[in-house]
Amino acid sequence: MTEDDADRIDRNRRHFLAVAAAVTGAVGAGFVAVPFLASLKPSARAQALGAPVEVPLGSIGPGEMVRVLWRGKLVFVLRRNDAMLGSLAEGLDNLRDPNSQVVDQQPDYAANETRSLRPEWLVVEGSCTHLGCAPLEDFQPRPVEGWGGGFFCPCHGSKFDLAGRVYKGVPAPSNLKIPPHRFVRDDLILIGQDSGVA
Amino acid sequence: MARVEAEVGKRPEGMSTLEYHVTKYYAAKSFNWWYVFGVLAFVVLAIQLITGIFLTMNYKPSAEEAFASVEYIMRDVEWGWLIRYLHSTGASFFFIVVYLHMFRAMLYGSYKKPRELIWLIGMLIFFVLMAEAFAGYLLPWGQMSYWGAQVIISLFGAIPVVGEGIVEFIRGDYSISDITLNRFFALHVIALPLALVGLVFVHIVALHEVGSNNPDGIEIKKNKGPDGVPLDGVAFHPYHTSKDLVAILVFLMIFSAVVFFAPEMGGYFLEHANFEPANLRATPEHIAPVWYFTPFYAILRAVPDKLWGFILFGLSVVLPVFLPWLDRSRVKSIRYRGWIYKSALTVFVISFLTLGWLGVQPAEGVYVLMARIFTVIYFAFFLLMPYYTTIDKTKPVPERVVYHG
Repeated sequence: MTEDDADRIDRNRRHFLAVAAAVTGAVGAGFVAVPFLASLKPSARAQALGAPVEVPLGSIGPGEMVRVLWRGKLVFVLRRNDAMLGSLAEGLDNLRDPNSQVVDQQPDYAANETRSLRPEWLVVEGSCTHLGCAPLEDFQPRPVEGWGGGFFCPCHGSKFDLAGRVYKGVPAPSNLKIPPHRFVRDDLILIGQDSGVA
Repeated sequence: MARVEAEVGKRPEGMSTLEYHVTKYYAAKSFNWWYVFGVLAFVVLAIQLITGIFLTMNYKPSAEEAFASVEYIMRDVEWGWLIRYLHSTGASFFFIVVYLHMFRAMLYGSYKKPRELIWLIGMLIFFVLMAEAFAGYLLPWGQMSYWGAQVIISLFGAIPVVGEGIVEFIRGDYSISDITLNRFFALHVIALPLALVGLVFVHIVALHEVGSNNPDGIEIKKNKGPDGVPLDGVAFHPYHTSKDLVAILVFLMIFSAVVFFAPEMGGYFLEHANFEPANLRATPEHIAPVWYFTPFYAILRAVPDKLWGFILFGLSVVLPVFLPWLDRSRVKSIRYRGWIYKSALTVFVISFLTLGWLGVQPAEGVYVLMARIFTVIYFAFFLLMPYYTTIDKTKPVPERVVYHG
């Protein structure tokens, strides 16, 4: 090779090699990143602990509510009495989304006027749709205040009715979420799984 | 890209640092494959730091939960087995790469004047690495973790008068316990890695101040062109980096092969006894440290006295520190040394490897005798060095670097 040849650098070839190496390296780095990112997902143990939970209904009287945990999330199971059910049809103008048209807040089978599988039983996540605080129950109607009974969030004052529907003029944007659930028997529900529910 | 460069160019301090250490750092054109292990050590350090962070996300540093949490990582965390095997294999590869890196320095006299400081910092890195590996080995809280730590920590009990007090102080308890595990965890994930990264930084800064050695052991800065660039040097980037990239690829192939097909390496990388939780009531029948400590461990066992065993063990680890002053040869590189040094280095390598092998054999019969012979050879290599490097006949060193093949 003469001096002259050495100076004649093929810049196109050099550019191609550099880009090819960089792209190959980037693809490799992408593949390597997958296991590391995947390891941050809920592990097999977390998934097992997040299995559906059963809630026996036998000991819950009309008008009473229990709090259960599913995947570490608070779920209210409320047995609505006749008066409570009656209140659901009133004052719909005060609600932001009375007919549950925000689809992702409940499974299809709960997109009805009582937001439940069976009118008597409300199963709803106890997590305010504003910033995640647990709302308090306040079932006593106070017609003077325009309050038909429901849930009140102590953090920022959001209000929900007895079907978990959000009132107008509060910070929470949408109704409380209904978790997937189904009746195993008349006196037993399973929260977290709904296969087989029409 | 050009815009980015232009923007950076406006900030002279950033640009000049980059030039000084990367684009205008000139290293000899005649580097051979022995010169890739520094970069590879850097790669392994990165692997260990990244996988270590991800392991810490699921590991529990408590005697009650540690073993189970490692099994949890292996079974329940998605890809957890891969991350753990990368880390455990990385530990062994760290030592493979670092031993070869150190041997390169011995081949070409890289520790000799004017690079004594780089060698000293390098030895410090080696000591921190040993401590890091030792602390890390306790964390899975298996049988070998527990009893290995028991043996090594007890070593300090050999020191007269204060020994037992030191041992108790290291453990923080009357035996190795949850407290010991917790503090070893702190050392392993914070203190020692921080020291390691800091020392590596200083190691590189010190290297770039004097410039890299080369297989001929000559100073390339003595012959500069009109532009002030050493005639025998090329810029670290892109020339050495692109060559290093090839080495990294080859390294990663071998590394992945071990991770995927032989992560336990027949009990040398992950010892079989460590798949059993620590049992304070029974020592495993056959106890040996992980392979990278076995040469020193063999020296410890070769001495039939507790205190002297500890002293020789300590000396065998520390002696290489003094190489720059033990070596009196006029030349740096093995290429221009006489037959005496070449033979001495060969015998030293054989004795180091044999001691490593003896360290995993039972301490009985002929093995003990062999360990004693090779211990003497190991020490003779260092202690007689001022003598035999003085009388060794050296060849004339060329002015410019020489290429082979």
